[in-house]
Amino acid sequence: MATTLVEKIISSHLNGKSVEPGEIVMLPVDVVLGNDASTNGAITVLKNMGVDNVFDPAKVVTVADHFAPAKDEQSAMLLRTMEIWAKLQGVKFYAQGRGGIEHTVLIEEGWVVPGTVIGGGDSHTCTYGALGAFGTGLGLTDIACCLALGAFWQVVPETILVTFTGNRQRFVTGKDLILAVLEQTGVSGATGCVLEFSGSGAQALSIDERMAVSNMAVETGAETGFFVADEVTREYLQNRTEKPWQPEQSDEGAHFVRQIHIDLDALDPLIALPSLPGNVAQVREAKGRKVDQVYIGNCANGTMTDLRQAAEMLRGKKVHEGTRAIIVPASQKVYKQALAEGLLDVFIDAGAMVSTPTCGACFGGHNGVLAAGERAITTTNRNFRGRMGSPESEVYIANAFTAAASAVAGEIVDPREL
Amino acid sequence: MKMTVKAIVIKEDNVDTDVLYPGKFLNILDTKKASEHLFEGLDPKLRELLTTGPTALFVEENFGCGSSREQPASAMKASGVQCIFGKSFARIFGRNCVNSAMPAFINPNAVLAVKQGDDVQVDIETGVVTIGNVEYPSAPVATLPQEIVKAGGLVPWVKAQRITGSSGSGIVTS
Repeated sequence: MATTLVEKIISSHLNGKSVEPGEIVMLPVDVVLGNDASTNGAITVLKNMGVDNVFDPAKVVTVADHFAPAKDEQSAMLLRTMEIWAKLQGVKFYAQGRGGIEHTVLIEEGWVVPGTVIGGGDSHTCTYGALGAFGTGLGLTDIACCLALGAFWQVVPETILVTFTGNRQRFVTGKDLILAVLEQTGVSGATGCVLEFSGSGAQALSIDERMAVSNMAVETGAETGFFVADEVTREYLQNRTEKPWQPEQSDEGAHFVRQIHIDLDALDPLIALPSLPGNVAQVREAKGRKVDQVYIGNCANGTMTDLRQAAEMLRGKKVHEGTRAIIVPASQKVYKQALAEGLLDVFIDAGAMVSTPTCGACFGGHNGVLAAGERAITTTNRNFRGRMGSPESEVYIANAFTAAASAVAGEIVDPREL
Repeated sequence: MKMTVKAIVIKEDNVDTDVLYPGKFLNILDTKKASEHLFEGLDPKLRELLTTGPTALFVEENFGCGSSREQPASAMKASGVQCIFGKSFARIFGRNCVNSAMPAFINPNAVLAVKQGDDVQVDIETGVVTIGNVEYPSAPVATLPQEIVKAGGLVPWVKAQRITGSSGSGIVTS
């Protein structure tokens, strides 16, 4: 029988047992991820489960990123407790200054390979779909279950096939592709499903841009959003991992619960208006709205691709008076590469701030939160009410070209018009 | 297990975890302290409705969308919410509810019928809710989530799995 990619991945983790959408399985994990906002809670729950040691230390990764560098004493204690626990358990710990934002770090460090299952204490674990992995977000009790049993309960999802065809125009990025998907699904249209991205337009994307697409799969309600592993994937993984993997894809004739087609030739830069990621419009529809803050960075959009795009708009220009720009490279590696390429000079000369990697203001934690009445344009993934600070602030989500161009204009502007 | 609870009605689609429990409070681990910030971005006055005794929430479409943070579910549970009836739920929030033994039932008819502050009868194992004299059955729940709720949440369920040695992979049933 023709099966989907997600069914194949799940089945391969259950000794080849065939599965059907709607069935519930205990799905073994290849990697369990925790950060400083989820790990500490999971540690307590693990103790309550009566478990002293994690199921397999080699499969557990912890990253200091949400409240790092510590925003206050309480956060400092969380970071410290996680570090002590990680060392005691013998699990991988990416310390402050040694990693960056979890999803970027796990991808660049070779933890993610096609066909694997990754349970993460963060909803944007779906970013690993960029490499064809079933990465999915879990609450801290589920994470504790993963740490105890090496598995979590999972409903076998349906698949929505998303086909991208045609060629992107200049200034249209991976961010616009996923916003175009969100325009069709809204914020719940893919609940109970995975998205599978296919077509020539998907294959043409770099891993950075695939990350931007997969990162917001959860915003459609999906469990994750995959790309089929291909030559781009193989090239990216070379020298990053020794873990073996096989390219897999959905069989011809496999059942898709819905198909979405997006013609890239006709795609303009898009923007998510407040206060829903599915509230998608063309950038020009928001044109002229003044912005107090521009924020470039997050777990999938603080990559070299994003920083180069931002630098292209900011080179030789100034951030508009009355607007502040914060640029957050997603990892120490990205930060160093940006330095080597002279991008940090471009940003600083333009009057932008460059921050150490952190989840920071993306989730309203620290490092650039918004006051009541303020408006921001960002490359992040959520713009719910109060997401980045005051419930009376507004967040617009767009690609790095649009965000950086808006920093120069001091108002939302289509990058093609700067 | 039937009990009488007070209905708290939230009439808004896509209520997300950022308004249910803002990110800046994610560094609070104590559930009781976390409960002091429940609904902070939505309507902090909703917390006052939780102080009168056991409650059930009645919510609209895609409730709990967004982050994987568990505080919205665990703080509700700690504040006396017994179960939630909604038109639909976001995936991770729905899981967190099951794992906290505070089940989230799909029951659009009950959501249409209920009024703020109604005394209603709920059965948190079957999902049947009685409003006035009318019984509203919820959509059927799969066996495993039902077992987890029955066990008192994922913590006791995992404990039991470890004792019986039946943990690990395998199809459980749908």
